[in-house]
Amino acid sequence: MTPAIQLDHVSKIYRRYSGRQFATLKSALLQRSILKDLQANEVFPAMKDVSFSVPKGATYGVIGRNGSGKSTALKLVAGITKPTSGTVRVDGRISALIELGAGFHPEISGRENVFINGIMLGLSKREIEERFDEIVDFAEIREFIDAPVKTYSSGMYMRLGFAVAINVNPDVLLVDEVLAVGDEGFTHKCLDKFAEFRRRNKTILLVTHSLGMVERFCDHAVWLDHGEKMGEGDPRRVVDLYLTAVEKSEDEQLASATAKAVAAAAPPKPAAAAPDGELRNMFEAVEGRWGSREIEITEVAFLDSNGTASFVFHSGDPMAIRLTVVAHKPAEDFVFGIGLFNADGVCCYGTNTFIEQMDPQRLEGKVTATFAIDSLDLVEGTYKVDAAVHTCEGYQYDYHRLLYTFRVKSRTPDAGIYRPRHHWSFSGAVSFKDEP
Amino acid sequence: MFSNLIKLFRYRGLIQSLVVRELKARYRGSVLGFFWSFINPLLLLSIYTFVFTKILPNRNPLAQPYAVFMFCGILPWNWFSASLIEASGSLVSGGNLIKKVLFPAEVLPLVNVLANMVHFFLGLIILAAFLIVYRHWPDPAGLIWFPVTVAIQLLFTSGLALFLSALTVHYRDIRDLLANLLTFWFFATPIIYPWQDENVKSYQWLLQWNPMTHLVVPYQEILFFYGPVGHAKWLLVLGALSVVQFLAAYWFFDRLRDSFAEAV
Repeated sequence: MTPAIQLDHVSKIYRRYSGRQFATLKSALLQRSILKDLQANEVFPAMKDVSFSVPKGATYGVIGRNGSGKSTALKLVAGITKPTSGTVRVDGRISALIELGAGFHPEISGRENVFINGIMLGLSKREIEERFDEIVDFAEIREFIDAPVKTYSSGMYMRLGFAVAINVNPDVLLVDEVLAVGDEGFTHKCLDKFAEFRRRNKTILLVTHSLGMVERFCDHAVWLDHGEKMGEGDPRRVVDLYLTAVEKSEDEQLASATAKAVAAAAPPKPAAAAPDGELRNMFEAVEGRWGSREIEITEVAFLDSNGTASFVFHSGDPMAIRLTVVAHKPAEDFVFGIGLFNADGVCCYGTNTFIEQMDPQRLEGKVTATFAIDSLDLVEGTYKVDAAVHTCEGYQYDYHRLLYTFRVKSRTPDAGIYRPRHHWSFSGAVSFKDEP
Repeated sequence: MFSNLIKLFRYRGLIQSLVVRELKARYRGSVLGFFWSFINPLLLLSIYTFVFTKILPNRNPLAQPYAVFMFCGILPWNWFSASLIEASGSLVSGGNLIKKVLFPAEVLPLVNVLANMVHFFLGLIILAAFLIVYRHWPDPAGLIWFPVTVAIQLLFTSGLALFLSALTVHYRDIRDLLANLLTFWFFATPIIYPWQDENVKSYQWLLQWNPMTHLVVPYQEILFFYGPVGHAKWLLVLGALSVVQFLAAYWFFDRLRDSFAEAV
């Protein structure tokens, strides 16, 4: 059986013209650069040697970061742009849900726009007449169908655009993130329509950032990054691979951001003396570092369960915060403190060795202090950390304010800050469908 | 290129509905609606009549009644100039279609040319009414040339429209330059003065390089002057050149086609 969509070693190079906004003929004539201006002088490879094929009746999801070439892939399949090299073959009528209502003219009525849009999408007048009622009902705008579309709300506009595009009755449906817009009810309707398409054995190519949708709906996933195919196969596996890669790059980003923050906060020489006895308000969300540096925190690291430094953790994982501390002279009065803050600056947790009733005895040379969390029960988000060494009275040796950042990842989009360990139980006639 | 030209023929349904949309959208929301298509030329012709018979009487014996003479040239000129102005911006303003929908870009400038052709035809109705009022009858034998002239103008204008629309994607100031050029071009075309006039004779060698001359003069000969269409051979030469020009313009358009989605 021939596949519905086949990309064979497809590359796409976007050309950019002179890096200018818009050239003018005047300047082109004055600079004698007409021919040069019409030549592209900057190239941007949006897709590099990508091959995949979608069998008839399958639902494929394309995932990847912004700028990874997902939308380019869809445009190539739709025929809106041509590949620079390689071939794209599509078998059957295509309908592309790339931009809904792109062809609508604001001045004329919804009814007329439906006809023109339908013709643009390859229907004949008679076919549109047959489907007209279905389209209008799907879009739920029967009472406004004869008003000019410029009077439509953006939701009505999109619903009508979607209704036309989906009623073209394509063999191959291309969907680009259009479901991100529209209210709950409409999104459900769209999903129902997709399900119906699948039942009728139509081919769907879906580009989305919603990984959950890829896992739920797609038979197969393709992961693109920087225009290259990084992997394809079972959606769960590909999504996991993708998430791992995203975490890795986030990790690198956080590492460099943290290094920058620490470098910025550290004056070349230790500050002469701390503002004596003055306890800085720890709820005041300002980054920085202060203290006398008689005892100095030289490094703060987040460790995962293997003891390797990381910046991205999963909710529920163990995590440790390790302070490397150098005492320039032996001390007998010292307290180690830790504070966790979320992105809004809310203190999620704060503690120190003093309030946990550890009586200091002696600190000398280079040591480490590790604050280990058995289970990081926080919801997804970015968290900042305070690390401090001070005396029991509050004299600051070294206070690192919000200089360290880590990220918590979670597959559950739950709300709040803290995720208590929990489970659900039910009695009576309550049942849930198994995951497909 | 030729396969694209054949595809263009397949899109005639789309072109047709877009022309209708263009015409509808233009007058939507105005009280008189589609009647503006009649009222505009009617007002124009009434003003010409008043100005050139009462205020600034034009006594050129070749061109009487003068307002009607002028109108014969103005109508095809308006079709020509409005088409070019609108078509030159058509790809830029239709950018959404080109970028987001599988859409044959050449349809956009052609729709502008065709919509203005419809206006031209509506203007002809007003012209016919005035010819009847003035009892100024054209030669029925010459009318055979009318569809030929219209066809050649359509081809000539379409070729230019394709060329300009593609170029405007890359040079946005073409629309402004074009507006100035068209003013100049208007006076270089025998619209407000008759080609056969004694004063014009000495400049004919220059004006004959203007292709619009060979469209406007036949219109005047067909619709206004009684007698043979003497300019027919020039018209046919222009027709042949228009075919070449259209193919060249289409080739140019086709070459730049892939840049549209990226540059608009």
